[in-house]
Amino acid sequence: MNARDTILELDNLTLGYDRHPAIHHLRCHITRGALVAIVGPNGAGKSTLFKALTGELQPLQGHFRIHTGKEGIAYLPQQSELDRSFPVSVFDMVSMGLWREIGAFRGLSRSQAERVRAALAAVGLSGFEARQIGTLSGGQLQRARFARMMLQDANLLLLDEPFNAIDARTIEDLVALILQWHAEGRTILAVLHDLTLVRHHFPETLLLARECLGFGPTAEILTAEHLATARRLAGEFDATAPVCHRPEAETA
Amino acid sequence: MIAEALFGPFADFEFMRRALAGCLALALGATPVGVFLLLRRMSLMGDAMAHAILPGAALGYLAFGLSLGAMTIGGIIAGIVVALAAGLVARSSILKEDASLAAFYLLSIATGVMIVSLRGRNLDLLHVLFGSVLALDDASLLLISAITTATLVALALLYRPLVLECFDAAFLRGVSAASPIAHYGFLVLVVLNLVAGFHALGTLMAVGIMILPSAAARLWVKRLPAMLGLAVLIAFASGVGGLLASYHADVPAGPAIILATGIVYVLSLILAPGGMLGARLDRRPHLES
Repeated sequence: MNARDTILELDNLTLGYDRHPAIHHLRCHITRGALVAIVGPNGAGKSTLFKALTGELQPLQGHFRIHTGKEGIAYLPQQSELDRSFPVSVFDMVSMGLWREIGAFRGLSRSQAERVRAALAAVGLSGFEARQIGTLSGGQLQRARFARMMLQDANLLLLDEPFNAIDARTIEDLVALILQWHAEGRTILAVLHDLTLVRHHFPETLLLARECLGFGPTAEILTAEHLATARRLAGEFDATAPVCHRPEAETA
Repeated sequence: MIAEALFGPFADFEFMRRALAGCLALALGATPVGVFLLLRRMSLMGDAMAHAILPGAALGYLAFGLSLGAMTIGGIIAGIVVALAAGLVARSSILKEDASLAAFYLLSIATGVMIVSLRGRNLDLLHVLFGSVLALDDASLLLISAITTATLVALALLYRPLVLECFDAAFLRGVSAASPIAHYGFLVLVVLNLVAGFHALGTLMAVGIMILPSAAARLWVKRLPAMLGLAVLIAFASGVGGLLASYHADVPAGPAIILATGIVYVLSLILAPGGMLGARLDRRPHLES
């Protein structure tokens, strides 16, 4: 595999809080255009990994390289990070996906406004333009966030538990969008808990439980044995853990 | 007769006209900042920062007496230092920002009162704590209007990043480096407007003209631009009402203005669509979908 085909390199990456690693010595290369599910129990370090990739968290050790430029990433955090009581309309919220084009000052041109409406139509929210985001249901809000992400037009998409508390019909529509983005050649990493959905739609899986338990074709990774190990490892927390002396050079 | 009661005081007395101009400037500048304070759930933080301004103003007072420039610069520096220090403590210790702000402002107000009483008489302390909207001189009026002008320009420039920072900061951090600019720029605006308000209403009540009209407006309207407009309107109307009440009933003007905003707030709380009775008073039948 040469460097041109790799969009994301994680090199001996250790991330954590207060010196306790949430991600421990992770190595992996994500190929351009890959559709990867990140699977693991709560506390496995999945959201932590995304925080590091978007620059919100400094690695404790190791490093990563992203071959898109910072503009090339779009990140969908968990829903709870959005203040739904804020008075802003669905159209205004979704149009912020065009930030790279309009920045802090420019208004929307007619064609850009048209693209915002097209994105809303693509997620099934036509007619919701003037509604306040506080009046949307959880599923509708997630559709709006997908529409905004669509407008960001990024190469590397990071989705953190996009289907939490979302009904089956909405999941179906949103997965269709993800598959469409995949077909357009974008690289997608999604944190997911629904293994049936992962097996069905995601060609590759990264199984995390603080350590990387495997990365590769989904069918080979999501075995009963691997999943049992993941459950056991993620539950462990040792407040008096000794300092980790694993050398930089060791391969995981 | 009614017209005479409403307009007479302003027509007859220059100090009333000056107070009116001061109220208009504060309503245009400080109140929109208050709307964002409210929507960012920082109302109490605004209160804390208002108190934090006291020792800076008091130090200026200690050094130069009742000098506008010295007290203003002292207040601005103290406010910014406390805002930044509170943020720093929150990020580098396990204390949350509200806890560290509370600690700073309690220390600030104790320090401030101590400094003022070292030198001054109680009358000076009253001026610093409760302002003197009926005694605004040219320099104070110019200062308040200058801060209002700067605030309106800055809000226009910061509007989009600030709105995003309020309701989806994670998204803003993902697409732009403007998040800290929006956050700290906004804090500076809060401090500036608190200092402007402090000359008219005193350190303790300056935050009232920011928060009360915003809270009342939030109960009536759903869109942010409408909320900003309505809050400014409520603030200015309360300013006029408070000044008139102060003139006719011979009560102190600063508290009268804040109480006027309070009356609007309480009425809104009861009657507005977002208030306690508002939703129940709406007897219209529900729609089909």
